Amino acid sequence: MSSETGKILTTDGIPLEVSLKKAERKNKIKAFLLVAPLLLFLLITYIFPIGDMLMRSVDDKMVTEMLPKTFKSMEKWDGKELPPEEVFESFYLDFQKLVEEKRDGKLSTQLNYTKNGFKSILKKLRRKAKNFEEGNYKEQIMAVHKRWADVEYWRAIQRRAPAYTSQKYLKGIDMYKNEEGKIVSVEEDRRVHRILWLRTLEIAFFVTLLCFLMAYPIAHLLATLPMKYSNLLMICVLLPFWTSLLVRTASWMILLQQQGVVNDFFVMIGLVADDSRPEMMFNKTGTYVAMTQILLPFMVLPLYSVMKTISPSLMRAGKSLGGTPFVAFWKVYFPLTIPGIGAGCLLVFILAIGYYITPALVGGASGTLISNQIAFHMKSTLDWSFASAMGLMLLAGVLAIYWVYNKLVGVDNIKLG
Amino acid sequence: MALPKYTETRYRVWHYFYITICSCVFFFLIAPLFVIFPLSFNAEEFLSFSEGMKNLDPDAFSLRWYKDMIYGTKNPWGLAAKNSFIIAIFATLGSVILGTVAALGLSSRHMPYKGLIMATLISPMIVPLIISGVAIFFFMAKAGLAATHTGIVLAHIILGTPFVVITVTATLSGFDHSVTRAASSLGSDPVNTFMKITLPLILPGVISGGLFAFVTSFDEVVVVLFLAGLENTTIPIQMWTGLREQLSPTILAVATCLIILSTLILVTAELLRRRSERLRGINR
Repeated sequence: MSSETGKILTTDGIPLEVSLKKAERKNKIKAFLLVAPLLLFLLITYIFPIGDMLMRSVDDKMVTEMLPKTFKSMEKWDGKELPPEEVFESFYLDFQKLVEEKRDGKLSTQLNYTKNGFKSILKKLRRKAKNFEEGNYKEQIMAVHKRWADVEYWRAIQRRAPAYTSQKYLKGIDMYKNEEGKIVSVEEDRRVHRILWLRTLEIAFFVTLLCFLMAYPIAHLLATLPMKYSNLLMICVLLPFWTSLLVRTASWMILLQQQGVVNDFFVMIGLVADDSRPEMMFNKTGTYVAMTQILLPFMVLPLYSVMKTISPSLMRAGKSLGGTPFVAFWKVYFPLTIPGIGAGCLLVFILAIGYYITPALVGGASGTLISNQIAFHMKSTLDWSFASAMGLMLLAGVLAIYWVYNKLVGVDNIKLG
Repeated sequence: MALPKYTETRYRVWHYFYITICSCVFFFLIAPLFVIFPLSFNAEEFLSFSEGMKNLDPDAFSLRWYKDMIYGTKNPWGLAAKNSFIIAIFATLGSVILGTVAALGLSSRHMPYKGLIMATLISPMIVPLIISGVAIFFFMAKAGLAATHTGIVLAHIILGTPFVVITVTATLSGFDHSVTRAASSLGSDPVNTFMKITLPLILPGVISGGLFAFVTSFDEVVVVLFLAGLENTTIPIQMWTGLREQLSPTILAVATCLIILSTLILVTAELLRRRSERLRGINR
């Protein structure tokens, strides 16, 4: 096509190649314009805010901006002994400005995160600082409280100088940067977050396993029964699927309570005595039972849609070639269902790992998951940057699972129902 | 599933064992929903079966919790139901319009970066809800839309569009594009072609995507918990508060109504699915 003479022209004299490319580009733009509104909407309201979470989780500008002079004069300080007069003076000036702007409370909260004990000494400093004389601030500040003469506290302030920090992420896995700047774990009995991460993984794993074990036989039954029966039984799967999550959680709360139906039944068949009814709610048992039932349809549906496509003659062929039904199942049927197993397990595991409502209602203290911790920090402690950091760690985990799944099985069309 | 006469005993035993297991699982799936019905008619204030109920004594049953749900003093359900429906309807409309238009673009073979864009569009479905909740809350707080209906509707559009995109692209995958070309060659403009030709053909997919979006919005609680103020309370929020604070039988009355609603939605969705399969010629 490239030789001058062989060029094919359209009727209006433009080379065909150019004309086609133009049409192609026009089509591309047309297709893109259709997607653009939703894409733009999601970028602004959803994707960028997730980026915003990332910024928040590492952002530590608050203290940096509150004590600009202090941090400037601290640059020359080696941190070994008490800082020089210059640092004390600039700290005093910064602090007075914050008091005027009524922002000293925020500073004390922030510094208290870094080291306990700042709250009271800042309060005291605020009261005394009104009567400070000019000059020799080091003496005057140190006289306010003996902790002001402790170099540890000045080092703690210095640690807040950088505008960005990984501190929230470290806190999320129960680690912190100690005075020497080394990353170490917190004491054994304060490692709350690691327990939560492990528990979240454990519960998600076992819920997935339970769902798989329960879903496989019924998906198989649904796929092999004649239509008129399977449609009827399918309702048992689809009705819970379409029913409000809170309704299903409520029914488990009623069933599992101490005077509930399940306990009544146990007493009736003599499994437990009437006066020693086991506690089945507000602990891990409650979380397991309720989550398994709630997530079960998400396992059944992908398995069913795969099993439906497997021809029954394959099993028959396996048997006629001399395999027992079990061998035929294991060698022929089971390998064919692996895509369904993969999709179901992925779906259930990812849903389970981010579960919030059900564990919060039936989980009690020992059955709550990482999501509950995130919500707790969003709503109660208002430590939004920590909530963001934990959320992003969870998100990274979920994306990693997707990636691995994609490598192993391949994410083809996600099927709904 | 009748067994042939020549089946060996061990396979017979295995078969009955398998049927038993399946029955147990089906029971486990569906039974919890049915415990709510009788208890919502409880005459007493307890959430367990009273002696009278066990003996089927008519006096042990009453409609008092349903009355309380509708006429109760200071009761939040009326406002919550109104809010829930308003939010869900607008969120569904938004999701369906944005999602369908995007799906049309996505199923065009000229679409550049298809994989990446598809991943972005369905990401709200993949990302755990709690993270979506935090991110959306940050946006709404900045935009000044926290604790407004608009904010919640926008949030639910975000969560609902992936379902519409997926169902409509699935429907379009079996769509014969020559009919739209035929329409254009007969002089129809693109909008007219869409309204007269494409839309009627993909309507089942659009509606079932819309149903998913409606249910997602109507049942959504995690994001609303972050966003809602007192004025924007919804049914899930009220249920959440009720279940956390004190479990009153009124909640069971509401739950019964919700189960009836979900049954209706299930029937509609199933009918649509069958219709669309018939249209696409998948069903035998």
